[in-house]
Amino acid sequence: MTTEETVQRHARVVLVDDHRMFRTGVQAEIGATDRTGVEVVGEAADVDQAVTVITATRPEVVLLDVHLPGGGGVEVLRRCAPLMVDAERPVRFLALSVSDAAEDVIGVIRGGARGYVTKTITGADLVDAVFRVKDGDAVFSPRLAGFVLDAFASTDAPPVDEDLDRLTQREREVLRLIARGYAYKEIAKQLFISVKTVESHVSAVLRKLQLSNRHELTRWATARRLV
Amino acid sequence: MTAPARPQHPDGPPLRKLYRSAEGRMLGGVARGLAGHLGLPVSWVRLVFVALLMAQGMGAVLYAVFWFVVPLGVGGVGAPRPAPAETGSDGRRRLFARKPDRGQVVALVALVIGAAIFVDNLHLGRANAYIWPLLLVGAGVALVWRQADNARRAHWMEVGRSKRVLPLARGAAGVALAAAGVTGIVVLQGSAEHLGTVLQASLAVLVGIALLAGPSLVRMTQDLSAERTMRIRAQERAEVAAHVHDSVLHTLTLIQRNAEDAREVARLARAQERELRAWLYRPEGRGKDEAEQPDTLAEAVKATAAEVEDHHGVPIEVVVVGDCPLDEGLAAQMQAAREAMVNAAKYGGEGGAVQVYAEVEGRTVFLSVRDRGPGFDLDAVPDDRMGVRESIIGRMQRNGGTARLRSVPGGGTEVELEMERAENAS
Repeated sequence: MTTEETVQRHARVVLVDDHRMFRTGVQAEIGATDRTGVEVVGEAADVDQAVTVITATRPEVVLLDVHLPGGGGVEVLRRCAPLMVDAERPVRFLALSVSDAAEDVIGVIRGGARGYVTKTITGADLVDAVFRVKDGDAVFSPRLAGFVLDAFASTDAPPVDEDLDRLTQREREVLRLIARGYAYKEIAKQLFISVKTVESHVSAVLRKLQLSNRHELTRWATARRLV
Repeated sequence: MTAPARPQHPDGPPLRKLYRSAEGRMLGGVARGLAGHLGLPVSWVRLVFVALLMAQGMGAVLYAVFWFVVPLGVGGVGAPRPAPAETGSDGRRRLFARKPDRGQVVALVALVIGAAIFVDNLHLGRANAYIWPLLLVGAGVALVWRQADNARRAHWMEVGRSKRVLPLARGAAGVALAAAGVTGIVVLQGSAEHLGTVLQASLAVLVGIALLAGPSLVRMTQDLSAERTMRIRAQERAEVAAHVHDSVLHTLTLIQRNAEDAREVARLARAQERELRAWLYRPEGRGKDEAEQPDTLAEAVKATAAEVEDHHGVPIEVVVVGDCPLDEGLAAQMQAAREAMVNAAKYGGEGGAVQVYAEVEGRTVFLSVRDRGPGFDLDAVPDDRMGVRESIIGRMQRNGGTARLRSVPGGGTEVELEMERAENAS
């Protein structure tokens, strides 16, 4: 990101993670508001704290750990569900976790998180992801894209609501390129579409993932002995 | 059982404790266990018992006493006790691979016949009449005791869930035999006419005892199972601690020692992270020891990436969609992919992590290896450099697949490998 781009933007962020060291690290990496435009307005270490802090501060983006004392990230998402659909100032969640186990990833995405990145992400990429989520787009890591492809690929039987449950050819292509490690900009160039179109495809995938009927994911998880 | 020792875990220094042998035993495993304990051939011990049997039945009594007192364990002659390091299911599974049941039946029958002949030869006068009932009682007791042994063994092996009827039947038969024997004695004593009253009285006594002792028995079993879960939990914790000690602490020490070598530190940390992750998230029973020879595509891709990652110190991110068994063509594809990963790590590693993506879609297996290095021009590569041309493109073509190389100067390199799966593979 170039500096002239970064100075005007601003995002209020709450950090939810039970490791103080990690929160401090993220603060140091992205919380320099004058440079990155990210302002950390609150921190929480467990589910109850998180709900309290998020309700009180109403941030634009919540960086949410998947494994938390008191029920995990999914529980935070469940209890904050009304804030997510708020028309005026929606709170958006970006999962940030050390775990890349499929059930964790799929779980928080289904819970309503707008994206998922692992903790190995660089500071610049994380800042980028925060702003993308703030603007309403979804952020997919290659791994997450792989899980989603996997989840939708193994459904051979025609689902009840075909339009909703199926990924279009284009969405599949986009996901595949994400899984191969392409950035959104590179995908746009590769498929001769605009970055905005890429983002809307990704958002569509995310919506389908949240809405798609439960049974196919259950079946997928069962086949993998995840449940 | 009487002995508090737990035979499952011969911990600590190899103290030669006396156990009855569950492996290759004929009857109760006494002779075998004793032989193992004393370091003698089993046949000698058995001979001694038989000889003692001739001497006024001493052998049988001695055997019975041993059976009663000594707990069932693993080991004995011919089956060396598992070394302390070899904990867990592996060692046990190996020890119980055989089923010595038929020999036991033969031995039991032989013992009964022998005892019968022996007893028949005794001339005890009036008491002679009691011998058959006593033998019946003895057989019943023996049956029930054997049952206890079996239950114990089944507990280790965690089978027997499907064969729950048989042990029950055996237990019932043992009890019936013993009861018949006792009744016989009662009849012989000439109190047959009071049998009904005696039975009623004993039944009443039994019910009374059950009522009195029942609650505390239930509580005792509950306490026992609670204690068992505690112990299992403690064992699990010990295992985690051992793993952390063996691998994580070891790696941390190495990292401290190599603190100024950033590349080496990163390599160590990554290898450790991968191992720990595999250990934590893998399904039960698939430790790193068993994952030597991968036989599915996903495993193979991950293993190859891990190897290259360790060797070249460049992080490789692997995403696999779908899975299928490896066949010949896919093995060739794996080798080509490995070459591509090595190239990417060597020449493109400065640009960040190498991305590996594998997808099984229908019959086609697609693999891409992508780096963000400086990139290169394939046409500009001299003809004598065989890496890309032979190891990747040539190999794929020879095996009926295709390889595409895309390289943008300054924008990284991507190798795409496509291969059809073999027809007969399901």
